[in-house]
Order: sequence, then structure tokens, then C-alpha cells
Amino acid sequence: MTDSNNNVAKKVGDTRAAFFKSFFSFLITFVFMFLSWIVLSGKFDPLLLWLGGISSFFVAYYFYDLLFPAMEPGYGKVFFRFISYVPWLIWEIIKANFHLLYLAFHPQMKDLIDPHIITFKTNLKSDIAITTLANSITLTPGTITVTADSDGVFRVHAIDRESADALPGTMLKKVAKVFGEKI
Amino acid sequence: MDIIVILFLVIGLFFFLGGAVGIIRMPDFYTRLHPAGKLDTLGIFAMVTGLSLYNLQHFSFEALLLSAKMFLIVFFVFLSSPTATHSIVDAGMRAGLRHWTKKKRRG
Amino acid sequence: MSTFFLSIALGLLFLMLFSMYRALFGPTVLDRLIGVNAIGSKTVILLLLIGFLYERVDMFVDIALAYAFLNFVAVLAASRYFHKRKGLYEESFMD
Repeated sequence: MTDSNNNVAKKVGDTRAAFFKSFFSFLITFVFMFLSWIVLSGKFDPLLLWLGGISSFFVAYYFYDLLFPAMEPGYGKVFFRFISYVPWLIWEIIKANFHLLYLAFHPQMKDLIDPHIITFKTNLKSDIAITTLANSITLTPGTITVTADSDGVFRVHAIDRESADALPGTMLKKVAKVFGEKI
Repeated sequence: MDIIVILFLVIGLFFFLGGAVGIIRMPDFYTRLHPAGKLDTLGIFAMVTGLSLYNLQHFSFEALLLSAKMFLIVFFVFLSSPTATHSIVDAGMRAGLRHWTKKKRRG
Repeated sequence: MSTFFLSIALGLLFLMLFSMYRALFGPTVLDRLIGVNAIGSKTVILLLLIGFLYERVDMFVDIALAYAFLNFVAVLAASRYFHKRKGLYEESFMD
């Protein structure tokens, strides 16, 4: 994961498996970039498609380890589990947003809210799992991630007791399941 | 179809209204971040859904691409809004601003 | 339908005034930052609505996308800038 560009380039010469790994991540980056080009330009002249292919080739050639680093064998599985995690997250966001709307319009709002900072520790290892959990906590209204370091310690600012109590529960379980980590 | 579009737009406007009222009424800057960062995100989501449905009424391939581009905005906002919120909270924490609590108000 | 879009756009402008209050009179610098961020996220929708009013959505959607990027970068840069600044705490408001 922390392999720099040079290291990966050296390994490519060494083993065949490493070459296929980096070539696969190159291919995914290329396809992703080319799809973005098509969506953003919206024109299908041969010249424009050709230019887009060349520029996305160069971007994918130089930055292939930036977007999808270290292709694991179960990467596709993680991707599909992540896709199935997103609707649950959106539903959770909508539910919690109505709670926040109720708070914002309540006349005695200052008696209802009780801001405080809670700290909890998780056993998540990989960076992307920690980032996903931190962004999910921030997107769920009522809670904002203050710090999240690589040991898995989270400090969260919660607006009231109710949203603080719900915290490292189901969301942590879901994220750990998506990335295949133990809780 | 028009009714669905109007419903989505009004819901989005309602979320934006909640966000604006929350920004005005909350007692402290940490609590102000809660409505600012998130009600706006959901407001953008609802309004863009309505607008892209309206765009797809005369169905064609260009309209489909245009709606995909609109949802690219939503995707980007869903990625960037927590990051911006977290960055502002981090700046406040490093500056040492304490957060508003109930006890402070009573005593 | 165009009248409805116009009224929604006017409503958004009215809500921007609310956020403008926080951006103008906020007690700390970060409060102003929150206000500016809220105005920016409303402007994205406003640009899309203007595109529908002029029937040039294909052009205005690009402007809205660029504006969303710009808003994000501006907030990130400003909050990084105020990390190292003094004077944030003196402006504090603890009552």
C-alpha cells in the first residue's frame, strides 16, 4: 500500500504476478478515466475519442497506483459489497436528517441538544476502511468525526445523546463486513 | 411526472431551509457545522434528482449523459462535503475553541 | 414549469441571505467559513436552475460542476490557512 512508484516499477521487472497486478490496476484506472472523459465531453467524434484515449492512457500510466493501489484478489468482491453498502448508508442519512431538521426547527432547541465529544477505539486496520467509517460518521447527521488516526481511534463530536449512543454499533459492523476485517 | 419533480424540488428547498435556520440558531460553531454540512448535502441530492428527472422527460442519449453529469455533481459533493467539514473541525480543534455545553449555560 | 423554477431559484436566493448573515457577522473566522460553504452549495443548484431557465443545461451543468470543485478547494485551503493563525481564540465567544 505504501509502495512508491519506483518500488512498483522495480517489482514489475522481477515477478510476473506483480506485473499482472499493476497492469490490472492500470487497466481499471484507464477505463475509469475514459468513462469520465466520455461523460464529461458528451461528443463522439473520432478525433475527440482518440484524444481522450491518449490522455487517459498517460494519466493511467503515471498514476496507476494512486487510485487503486495494490490490487488484492478479492477486490471485486469488496467493490460489490461496497455498492450494496451505499443504499443502506443513504437510507440512514435520510432518517438522521429528519432528526436534525426536527432539532433545527424546535423552539426550545437549546434544551434538547447536548453537545459532547466521545472517544472510541476500533480494530480496523486498513486506511480505506478507516476513511470510509470516518466519512460515513460525518455524513450521518448529528455526529462529526474530529480525529481518526491509523490505530483506529475515533473522536466524534455528537450533537445529542441519542445520536451519540447509536455510534460504534451497526455502522462499524457493516464497514468491517464490507472490507472483510474483524471487529 | 411534473408532480414528482415539484415534490423533489420542494423537499430539497425544505432541507436547505432547515440548514439555513440551523446555521442561524445553533449556539456554537461545532453545532453549526451539523446542519451546514449535511442538510445541504441532502438538499443537493434531492434537488438534483428532481432536476435530472425533469431533464429525462424528452428521452434521448444526450439527456441521459446530461443526467449522468448531474449525478457526478452529487457524487462529488458526497465525497467532498465530509472532507470539508472535517477540515473545518480540525482547524477549530487546533485553535483550541471549546465546545458549547449545557452545564456552562446553567452555572 | 419555468415559473416554478424561477420561484425555487428566488427561494434559494432568499435562503442565501440567511447564510450571508452568518458569513458577515459570525463571531469567529470559522463561522464565516461555514456561511461561505453553505452559500456555495446553494449556488451549485442555482446554476443548474438558471440553465433550465435559459434552456442551455448542457453548458450550465459544466459550470455547476466546476463551481462545486472550486467551493471544495476554497474551503479546504482557507481552513488549512487558519490552522497556524493567531487571533482565532481571542475572537472566541464563550459566554
